[in-house]
Amino acid sequence: MPIATEVDAKKPASADPTPQQLKRDLRLAETRKRLGALILIAPLAIFLMMTFVAPIVMLLVRAVENPEIASTLPKTVAALAKWDRKSPPPDQAYAAMAADLLKAKQDSTAGPLARRINTELSGARSLVMGTARALPLHDTDGNELQPSQPSQAAQIREAMIALNPQWAELDSWQVIARNGSIYSPYYLLASLDLKQNAVGDIIQSDPEASIYRSIFGRTLWMSAMVTLFTLLLAYPLAYWLSTMSERRANLLMILVLIPFWTSILVRVAAWIVLLQSEGLVNSALMLSGLTQAPLELVFNRVGVYISMTHILLPFMILPLYSVMKSVPPTYLKAAISLGSHPFAAFWRVYVPQTYPGIGAGVLLVFIMAGGYYITPALLGGPNEQMVSYFIAYFINTTINWGMACALGGLLLTGTLILYGVYRRFAKIDVGIA
Amino acid sequence: MKRPTLALLSPLALGLLFSAGLSQAAELTVVNFGGANANAQKVAYVEPFQKSTGTKVVTAEFNGELAKVKAMVEAKKVTWDVVEIDGGDLARACEDGLIEKLDLIKTIKKDDYIPESLNSECGMGAFVWSTVLAYNGDKLKTAPQGWADFWDTKKFPGKRAMKKGAQYTLEFALMADGVPTKDVYKVLSAKGGVDRAFKKLDQLKPNIQWWEAGALPAQFLVSGDVVMSTAFNGRIDAAQREGKNLKVVWAGSVYTLDYWVIPKGSPNKALGEKFIIFATNAENQKVYANNIAYGPVNKNTLKLLDAKTLANLPTSTANAKDAIQLSQQFWTDHGEELEQRFAAWVAK
Repeated sequence: MPIATEVDAKKPASADPTPQQLKRDLRLAETRKRLGALILIAPLAIFLMMTFVAPIVMLLVRAVENPEIASTLPKTVAALAKWDRKSPPPDQAYAAMAADLLKAKQDSTAGPLARRINTELSGARSLVMGTARALPLHDTDGNELQPSQPSQAAQIREAMIALNPQWAELDSWQVIARNGSIYSPYYLLASLDLKQNAVGDIIQSDPEASIYRSIFGRTLWMSAMVTLFTLLLAYPLAYWLSTMSERRANLLMILVLIPFWTSILVRVAAWIVLLQSEGLVNSALMLSGLTQAPLELVFNRVGVYISMTHILLPFMILPLYSVMKSVPPTYLKAAISLGSHPFAAFWRVYVPQTYPGIGAGVLLVFIMAGGYYITPALLGGPNEQMVSYFIAYFINTTINWGMACALGGLLLTGTLILYGVYRRFAKIDVGIA
Repeated sequence: MKRPTLALLSPLALGLLFSAGLSQAAELTVVNFGGANANAQKVAYVEPFQKSTGTKVVTAEFNGELAKVKAMVEAKKVTWDVVEIDGGDLARACEDGLIEKLDLIKTIKKDDYIPESLNSECGMGAFVWSTVLAYNGDKLKTAPQGWADFWDTKKFPGKRAMKKGAQYTLEFALMADGVPTKDVYKVLSAKGGVDRAFKKLDQLKPNIQWWEAGALPAQFLVSGDVVMSTAFNGRIDAAQREGKNLKVVWAGSVYTLDYWVIPKGSPNKALGEKFIIFATNAENQKVYANNIAYGPVNKNTLKLLDAKTLANLPTSTANAKDAIQLSQQFWTDHGEELEQRFAAWVAK
């Protein structure tokens, strides 16, 4: 009767809580547990939010943000709202522009405005700054023109055109009219060699300024080539390592890892020294009589391929090696002993078992190669610059951060899409997402 | 267990001590482009300034990226006090509110300085420098005369190095196409002028090796990778001082100024202005010009320099005879569009 006694003994204690109460207690206890777990991971979650998620969200927002014109020229944008963008703009638009620019001059917000208009309309910087400097406008008698007086709008129009004839041209006004909202697809479209025309339709950019599609294509192509080269080099090496005794494999692995632990800049600089026209490689080739004149190995695609393959090689070897170590060698022996040709056995028995390693390595190398900056910048010529070069260019040189964010956002989207496609087709959980 | 704990803690403690020390002593951070120019500035301005005022001057280098200044100003955490910037960036930085308006412009004796050094309320000229045609005297038997020879790959076979960017490159292309130096900007601003420059560049494109860092042209020339290069004249001068037989062609050179500016919100503005005045006085500019061939902005310095130094400066009469000043007006207006077009052209 031990059970009965146990129930009996508990009876007085469990007499009070009803089943609902028990349920509630259970839920409370579980919530407490979950909260405890949340507190434990909170530092990491907050860290990730602040250093990873938030910057990416801000980057994506900045790619479509377009506040300069809407916030600096509110009256002008309102005056242009009903304009058909083909006939000359109404006189009130000139008066509104004079009022807005005068305020911008006082608040010193004319600079960012001028820069923003200039990105779409070359020469607009001095148009805006020059006009702002000349404000307030005066009529021929020297009286100050009042933008708030509708009767003087026509006079303001004449005065502005006299100041700079560019005010009479439609495209100056079209830029303002189509950028009246605080969000704009301008940068994203420009990153895809597209733009909006006067009435807002999406059209192709001028061919002489269209580069980004070919840059994106080049980035994908070069990453794919580097991935292929690393796979071709890493697969036999990883296989060889996996067949060795632990001690020898570890020793050789150190040779793979030492360059991996060396700064990328050091390795890139070393490649410049090795590959330049009077460098070690060329001297050796010429001494051995293989070539007569030095080969062009650096500041072109060859140099970029060589050094990127070298730098990314460990990222292919390590996943391959770890997978190959877990493949029992007996399978291959069994296949051969059952009469398979060694190569067929290798191809049909061994290689499929290493797919997870190939998958992980290819994905890792491809995604990392897509974002490479330093190596192509230092070892390549203009034809080897990838998307990240242009992101850096817009951030540092032209300070056009909208454009940099749009390119960055597209690169990120491209990587995510590729990853999605890859997972769908490869059907392997590579375990590094 | 004691040792690793101590070892871990000591850098932290040192860091704390160091940052405490930083906040106490008066200190000035001066940022320039590095290289030979930074060394000359160190001898002529930084060290004497430290000695005469007792202020510690920390120097840092950047590559002219105004983005760094913008990031500091936007984050309201300005750690750079005096920054040397390119003349082409001055108007932009001033209009965009990235740099302080200088009070010293109102108080200094304006007649002492060349007018270009004072044409903005936000910056004070630091020195005059020039982009020139340079070649290796040991490797070329006949001396090139100007940009037409730079384009002449029959007479001078081999690669040429040019700065990767539209600025200067378009000007030189037009000069090579026969545009007289003084008309370059007139042609460039006129319709079809830019197309003409790009068409001329097309001819030379297969023979161009592009450079971005100022130290590279001298290296390329010395190693024989290229036969001619565009270069900053001070870098060639520095290589000459090291005994390299590099030569400069002054005809068709384009000169401009670098400026001292103070990022907006710098906590040491007054001290920064003191440094700028110190770095533009006649005596200190003389030491500077003796160390690198960049022209002084203080007119009085010219009287203090010997003939040999003068002959190497972009401002000397002989050198400036067939030179033009970089048009900042043109490049602030069209820079963005032309750099974009150049990037597209160069990548094709």
